[in-house]
Amino acid sequence: MGSAALHPPQAAQSTEIAEVNLDLEPVWLTLKLATITTAVLLVVGTPIAWWLSQTRSRMKQVVATLVALPLVLPPTVLGFYLLLLLGPAGPVGQLTEAIGMGTLPFTFAGLVVGSVIYSLPFLVQPAYNAFEAIGSRPLEVAATLRASPLERFFNVALPLAVPGLLSGAILAFAHTVGEFGVILMIGGNIPGETKVLSVAIYDHVESLEWTQAHWLAGGMVLFSFLVVLAINVLGQRMRKV
Amino acid sequence: MKDLDIAFKLDRGGFKLDVAFKAPGVGVTALFGRSGCGKTTVLRCVAGLERAAGHCRLDGDAWQDDSRGIFLKTHRRPIGYVFQEASLFSHLSVRRNLEYGLKRISAEQRQVGFDEVVDLLGIRKHLDRDPAGLSGGERQRVSIARALLTSPSLLLMDEPLSALDHTSKQDILPYLERLHDNLQIPVLYVSHSPDEVARLADRIIMLQDGHIQASGSATEILSRLDLPLAQDAEASSIIDGRVLSHDDDYRLSRLEIPGGSLTVARLERAVGELARVRIHARDVSIALDEPGTSSILNILPARILEIREIEHAQVLVKLCTGSGEQTPLLARVTRHSRDRLNLGVGQEVYAQVKAVALMD
Repeated sequence: MGSAALHPPQAAQSTEIAEVNLDLEPVWLTLKLATITTAVLLVVGTPIAWWLSQTRSRMKQVVATLVALPLVLPPTVLGFYLLLLLGPAGPVGQLTEAIGMGTLPFTFAGLVVGSVIYSLPFLVQPAYNAFEAIGSRPLEVAATLRASPLERFFNVALPLAVPGLLSGAILAFAHTVGEFGVILMIGGNIPGETKVLSVAIYDHVESLEWTQAHWLAGGMVLFSFLVVLAINVLGQRMRKV
Repeated sequence: MKDLDIAFKLDRGGFKLDVAFKAPGVGVTALFGRSGCGKTTVLRCVAGLERAAGHCRLDGDAWQDDSRGIFLKTHRRPIGYVFQEASLFSHLSVRRNLEYGLKRISAEQRQVGFDEVVDLLGIRKHLDRDPAGLSGGERQRVSIARALLTSPSLLLMDEPLSALDHTSKQDILPYLERLHDNLQIPVLYVSHSPDEVARLADRIIMLQDGHIQASGSATEILSRLDLPLAQDAEASSIIDGRVLSHDDDYRLSRLEIPGGSLTVARLERAVGELARVRIHARDVSIALDEPGTSSILNILPARILEIREIEHAQVLVKLCTGSGEQTPLLARVTRHSRDRLNLGVGQEVYAQVKAVALMD
């Protein structure tokens, strides 16, 4: 822990802000991680939410519980098992090595896998609620108008659920930005690869760099405020429709 | 032979359904009964939205036949379905709602033209609007048009007017009557409204607690004194007539009916054409002698076929004007009048008709 900032000292002295010696790389890395995680979640989480909203299977409660588990588990527990699973001795690790990907822990790809699992409930829950709110009627109408199940999903369910999916995506994005424990467990602290914002703040505090910690932490507070505000405004607009 | 052949059995805890009927593949067949009698379930089973044991065939094409393991999914059945609420897609404009089903029908299967339907239901000026901006009646007209544009072999309508207020209902009924006259699509029409059934149905199937109580032509079922339709405050009889002559001075027309003639408001149709009229039981009174001077235009000699007490104060009298019994006319009179006039079955009387409504 406590690695130095990456900026060359001479460049840092030339501007005012550089007196703070602020390293912005963790910020970009965090945004990249959150963006990719959210994109993967939309592709993976939306079908799960749809299945949960439509199924009459007895497995529904089991799957719903599994999806919600990251909400209650300590991130370190999640990270610990992911580390074992994805590591060289774990089944997933052996698979990724066999297909030439190497092992995922302590890589950016590993962070994405961890973040997707950790933020899954934040996308699936609002998406599930949105699909539930549509009810069966529009889908029945579409069926009587000759639309196949796949067409009903893409032409009716998905467009009607857009506000819910959007607020889910914002939540998942924000949650990934604020992630710490899972990342520390499976990502470590490699600058440019796994050193994200929350880890950088921790680092700064550890090294008693209060100014840098203040800038990043204050930025996070502002960012979180804007995200929750956006969701509230979105929710308001949804209710009006 | 074009016909609809249906048999469904269902046992769902407290609710049992057991119906079987055949209906000709033309005109409007009404499924009539109180809420909870199973009429909507029958319709949903025909559409494949729910599943009961049995079969469902139209013109010999099986949509469901349990004995042969056939069950077509809803989107593979050539039906149109109009729900109680218009249920338009809120994310699509009126035009795109209409096109949703239409674009899934291949060109050679299209029997119903876009322009024809849009004009028939009077929705051309709404095409580019959002469904949210339409009134209840307008929305339901759009949903009927949307169903028709799939050129269905059978149109299923589940109480399409019941969610509308009185004005919207009166606004939409003429469109339904026009539909009946202009399109050769058989209709299964679910309703609990005697008024709608009398105006629209050619045949009536009465459901009670999941089974068929009675079925037959609308004329017959409407005038059966033992059935709830005749006992309703809106009870009426339907009479088919032929235009005899017009009186342009008084703006009146004369209709020939079995056993006499009716004078009605001037009809916009040629002499010799058919016209169906409806006469409410409450608008018919009975006299023993031919009334001499009266403002009532229509006084018909008639014979009493049946008398039935329906409430403490009132009785229903079934009359016929012709020699046969094919043209029943219902009259609702007080029990007091029945006793004062000493009315009895077989008696020759005069029916005084206060109002006649043209139906199509």
